[in-house]
Amino acid sequence: MAEIKVKNIAKTFGGYKALSDINLTVADQEFVVLLGASGCGKTTLLRIIAGLESASEGEIWIGDRRVDHLPPKDRGIALVFQNYAIFPHLSVFENIGFGLRMKKLPETEIETRVKRTAEMMHIEQLLQRYSGEISGGQRQRVAVARALAMEPDVILMDEPLSNLDALLRLEMRAELKGILAQSKTTAIYVTHDQVEAMSLADRISVMNGGRIVQAAPPIDVYRNPANKFVAGFLGNPPMNFLPATKGEKGKWYVSEMPFDGPNTYLTNLEFAIRPEDCVLSAQGLRAMVQVIEPLGPHQLVTCNISGSMFRVILESDTALSIGQFIRLEPKKDRICWFDPTTGKSTS
Amino acid sequence: MNAKSLPYILILPVTVFLGVFFIYPFILVSQQAFQSGAGVGLSNFENVFSHWKFPISLKNTLYLAAAVVPLQLGLALLMAVLVTKMQRGRDLVIYIWTIPLGISDLAAGIIWLVIFDQSGFLNSIMQSVGAIDRPINLLSYQSPGLVFLAIALAEIWRATAIILVILVAGIGLIPKEYYEAAEVFGANGWQRFLRVTLPLLRPSLSTALVLRVILAFEVFAVVQALGGTLFPVLMSETFKYQFELLDSGGAAALALVVLAISITATVAITRILRVPKGATL
Amino acid sequence: MIKENISILTPAQILQRHKIGRYLYRTLIIVLCAWVLLPLYLLFVNALSSSKAVNSFPKNFVPEFDFESLIFFSQFAGMTSALSNSIKVAVITMIMSIVIGAPAGYALSRFDFRGKSTFRLLILLTRAFPLPLLALPLAVLFIRTGLDDTIFGLALVHTTLALPFAVLITFSIFSGVPIELEEVAWTLGCNRLTGFTKVVLPLILPGIAASAIFAFVISWNEVFAAAVLTVENRTLTAFLLQNLDTSPLHLKFAGGFILVIPALIFIFAVRKYLFAMWGIANR
Repeated sequence: MAEIKVKNIAKTFGGYKALSDINLTVADQEFVVLLGASGCGKTTLLRIIAGLESASEGEIWIGDRRVDHLPPKDRGIALVFQNYAIFPHLSVFENIGFGLRMKKLPETEIETRVKRTAEMMHIEQLLQRYSGEISGGQRQRVAVARALAMEPDVILMDEPLSNLDALLRLEMRAELKGILAQSKTTAIYVTHDQVEAMSLADRISVMNGGRIVQAAPPIDVYRNPANKFVAGFLGNPPMNFLPATKGEKGKWYVSEMPFDGPNTYLTNLEFAIRPEDCVLSAQGLRAMVQVIEPLGPHQLVTCNISGSMFRVILESDTALSIGQFIRLEPKKDRICWFDPTTGKSTS
Repeated sequence: MNAKSLPYILILPVTVFLGVFFIYPFILVSQQAFQSGAGVGLSNFENVFSHWKFPISLKNTLYLAAAVVPLQLGLALLMAVLVTKMQRGRDLVIYIWTIPLGISDLAAGIIWLVIFDQSGFLNSIMQSVGAIDRPINLLSYQSPGLVFLAIALAEIWRATAIILVILVAGIGLIPKEYYEAAEVFGANGWQRFLRVTLPLLRPSLSTALVLRVILAFEVFAVVQALGGTLFPVLMSETFKYQFELLDSGGAAALALVVLAISITATVAITRILRVPKGATL
Repeated sequence: MIKENISILTPAQILQRHKIGRYLYRTLIIVLCAWVLLPLYLLFVNALSSSKAVNSFPKNFVPEFDFESLIFFSQFAGMTSALSNSIKVAVITMIMSIVIGAPAGYALSRFDFRGKSTFRLLILLTRAFPLPLLALPLAVLFIRTGLDDTIFGLALVHTTLALPFAVLITFSIFSGVPIELEEVAWTLGCNRLTGFTKVVLPLILPGIAASAIFAFVISWNEVFAAAVLTVENRTLTAFLLQNLDTSPLHLKFAGGFILVIPALIFIFAVRKYLFAMWGIANR
């Protein structure tokens, strides 16, 4: 139950700058996801907030306390690791109650809290077992229960679902979302999986090269990406990019088709549209079908538009053949424009 | 406690301890070897080299090592290969084969004395099969070959386990996919051993050989138990210089000789068994 | 193109080959086990025989279970004190090598610090060095500092012998405990010390015990330094060595027997960790 403020955080390891100029405010009870590829700095940032690493510059505030000089145990946080880190020599009960014992809470209180969180995570029948006797998914639940039992101000999670198999991941994702909403805890969640990020986050903070590139609610990040990196990172299959040149009267020409575009002094832009935002129509971009992948709910068609690869998602029933020429009309309100040199959005 | 200084605090005791009880004595020995009544120089070395027992003890040490170590290497390789394939009873066999690790070299000498002694078991067996009528004194100056054999056998018995442990650990590191790939490409068991196991064992072989050779040059108690003065080796001579001749300069000089051949052997072995960069597991 | 050197065997022939192979394999293993165990057994026979039997010929292969040799051994002048000295030195070595070595093992497994590779080199160097040789100058040093011929003095030398093993074994043990376990403990209310005692310590106790036992065995078995550094306060190994020329056979054998028995027990106790130590050291 606290607001987190990350102010001007930077981190250097030896000669390598892992984080630059990080500024982020997480509102009370907000669920923020740090999303990015390996090496972007998301885990480093999480560890700095947790107190497991110290920042080279900047401040961390939790609630109205400045905490960056405090050890992890004094920050009011709880952590869930990717590998769960369940203590092998303690039972599930003792694991969940570990932090409570450290706080020297009375025995009855410990028992109540452990049982309550165990029930929340559906593991109340495992309390006497040891980590070697339970499955990976169950261990993950123990890890979350252990964090929740602390009733922390902030719960931090470092790719907690990555080690689960696909089906379990799906189930746990939904469960986690419900439990965290119910417990009203501020949460920061690190992942490289953009589907997880879209599903869980109140806000997604996309990171690349040690910087936060865009922090906004999921649908904003999806529809209005701040730059080419974000545009390409979110969405599967990824966004399509085509070169656009300026024509007369404020029109931009993409593959010889005119579009209304932004008012800018640049003469070249990148035109971007997502595969699901195009329809077959009489007028539109001229595309030659190259690969057809029937995926079940829809078909993924890879085309060639003036030499560039272009993917489009169409209805399963549409009959197509390789080599056929089709016309694809992009939905006007979904078109994004990017500066080809800086990658920034100019929409 | 500052996190940056913590590791240094933790290694401080070991560093100080080894500094005082290893580096410092090493410097002392080196100094002492070059010092004598006549000042700084090589006189200790001259004395030691010119003593009639020096060539014998040097020869004995080197011959013993040359005889014992390759045999042990082969035996340990065989045992390592056998034991990696085992399923049932593997723990028991490993325990039995590594028992000699915990046995003092003095005890090993005594154990083989039980066999080779005049009233010992070897004589008993030979008499019971009618090879001899009376017990022979096997370990006498009349049969230097037998003395050598007894010592060699005791050393092989005692120290093969040292190599075995290193090799088994090394074989354990080789993923079995390599063997499966070799098998698919037509290699039989012996070929797989030659072309997969041995090359990938190089680092372990190197470590094991270096360690075993250095220990071989230090051979002392086994020889004392079985041969005594019949089979002088470098360490027993060092001991004599120190305590019977009361010549610590000479003892120090001999100690440095042992060190020198140890270093030479280490360098030679690591060079021969060197693995090219990137060709490791 | 089928190569000519593929020979087609009948299923029965293949089975036969397998049987021979297995038979050979099993025989080899049994022979090698016997090779290790037989000499031990013979020592056992001799130690548990009367002095007459020990000196008689030909030898009986079955022990008489006569404890005369052992009794004589225990009453031999200076023997019991030698035995107790050995135990004392070994215990001190054991404690010192763990107390000094384990922190270094922890540092090596958890931290990357400048000088780490130099430190590791130092440790490896001590293992590869003919350490008993250091007993010579230390003898002089000890005389000057009054440690000569003391149990503590010898324990110091033995600790030097055992430290590399202690460091390397504890290093491999600590490396087996993921640092996340400690980090989680830090978020749950522990500081570095309580995190160590409540999480790491319970998990490494068996390994530390093995490390300690290993140090004990190294000290117990050591001969050269013990012979060099102890005169009045002899340890068992030094005692036996000095008396090799003069003592009767049954005394030697009984002594050897006493030397060997703890080793058998100890190696059994630490067998899991023998490979861990070398596995890590090879990398």
